[in-house]
Amino acid sequence: MQIYLPIAEVSVNAFLLLGLGGMVGILSGMFGVGGGFLMTPLLFFIGIPPAVAVATEANQIVASSFSGVLAHLKRKTVDLKMGTVLLSGGLIGAALGVVVFNYLKSQGQVDLLVRLCYVVFLGVIGSLMFIESLNAIRKSRKNAGPPKRKKHNWVHGLPLKMRFRVSGLYISVIPPMMVGVLVGILSAIMGVGGGFIMVPAMIYLLGMPTKVVVGTSLFQIIFVTGFTTLLHATTNFTVDIALAVLLLVGGVIGAQIGTRLGTYLKAEQLRILLALLVIMVCAKLALDLLLQPSELFSLGAVEGH
Amino acid sequence: MLRILSFCFALAASTLSAEEVVLGLSQDQVAITTNFDGSEILLFGAVKREAPIPEEPLDVVIAVSGPSSPLTVRRKERKFGIWVNTDAVEIDAAPSFYAVATSAPFTEAISNVEDQRHKVSIPRAIRSVGAPMEVEDAQSFSEAVIRIRTDEGLYQLRENTVEIEQQTLFRTSIQMPANLTEGDYPTRIFLTRDGKVVSQFETVINVNKVGLERWLYDLSRNQPLIYGIMSLAIAIAAGWLASAAFQVLRRN
Repeated sequence: MQIYLPIAEVSVNAFLLLGLGGMVGILSGMFGVGGGFLMTPLLFFIGIPPAVAVATEANQIVASSFSGVLAHLKRKTVDLKMGTVLLSGGLIGAALGVVVFNYLKSQGQVDLLVRLCYVVFLGVIGSLMFIESLNAIRKSRKNAGPPKRKKHNWVHGLPLKMRFRVSGLYISVIPPMMVGVLVGILSAIMGVGGGFIMVPAMIYLLGMPTKVVVGTSLFQIIFVTGFTTLLHATTNFTVDIALAVLLLVGGVIGAQIGTRLGTYLKAEQLRILLALLVIMVCAKLALDLLLQPSELFSLGAVEGH
Repeated sequence: MLRILSFCFALAASTLSAEEVVLGLSQDQVAITTNFDGSEILLFGAVKREAPIPEEPLDVVIAVSGPSSPLTVRRKERKFGIWVNTDAVEIDAAPSFYAVATSAPFTEAISNVEDQRHKVSIPRAIRSVGAPMEVEDAQSFSEAVIRIRTDEGLYQLRENTVEIEQQTLFRTSIQMPANLTEGDYPTRIFLTRDGKVVSQFETVINVNKVGLERWLYDLSRNQPLIYGIMSLAIAIAAGWLASAAFQVLRRN
């Protein structure tokens, strides 16, 4: 069944979109990531204009993270205070990101920037995760002692300290703000929630306990991606509500199936599979940049002066 | 489902020409609905004449054009090992859709001079005043527009697709692809003899988003804030619904 998307102005197969949403939803349920970093490149591949893909994906992440955060609120694993600090940084970052995005769009380089961001971040995070989980598997075979915990690093020397009860932390608000700004910029440019950067940063940089990390990250992602959606809708008119709804329905169902599938696998195996997946997406995008494209020319609308 | 919506008469046609076009369209409105996946428009007509049929054979050239808009064409080049957009050329006006149907090979149906005057062929339908000085082969940019849009089915040259019967009746069909933009699609019909235009007729096919498509598009342009808030509300409602629904499922 073909469906004509009113904003993207292309006609696509509705079942293909539902299927894509479902597949990414399964992965996101299995691995506990938003899935935006997979969905946006997939939308590029099926011919959705990049600007529409990025803006619409932000809208879809609002839905999936809202669904996730409700579960975490019931389990009381959301640090609302930390979330608010991250959020204030995130909003600043999102505003900066949209400005950068619009500037590059007028320069005709937005495609390149989005793709480069993807290649760099997917490459780095994919390989780190791969190495980390290989080590974890090796350790669990040797049955080595518990890993050492670094409690104090340079982060704890900064001023403007604040107490975060749920996370059991007493640290400066500067590092969480910085993490928030960085993720906000990325979410505006890449159309991702930024969970795959936020989660490692909270664990390793801020030293938050793992059990509150996912909920807190989801909490602030709702607001940052919500804000990004609004900014894209009002400045670029690129949010396609029909596309968002189709992806969302598939995604929400897929996520629940994925959560069940995830229980059959070990944590390290899951992480290795996710790492491989991330590296594969990254390699495909990198090849597109490195190999000569079959069509050297591209058409774009003239920016109004 | 080809309904005859209207017959348009060539009232304004020049009184000098001995032959006039009487045209019918299977539809003069194309509605882009939610499940729109292209449309086929049947054009048919007759030649009205008071004098006997001239000896030279009659040819018909039909050009359907979408709304024109300026375009930026960018070319990729290898820089620092990766392919990036470098040179850009602005095309002043390129139609979003352009189909030419003729009753003979194009160059036989209409002469080069007449093509130049009426801007019928695809390259002539694209208007490009000038490229910046630093771009050497500006020609290749407008060629790229034609190549890309031809591949997408947006530009079509359909030679020998207009059927003529007894120099009086003619018919053809134009395929409109699914990725149409909305607007007025001026449609021109030329009657030619020996490559010269002897009569000309013009009408408009209207392409419009309708229903939900129309409403969403207008809302996103006129009330972007409300549209944005609505998108968010839908997202949040869906997120909440999913979480609630699966909790019920888990309990059972």
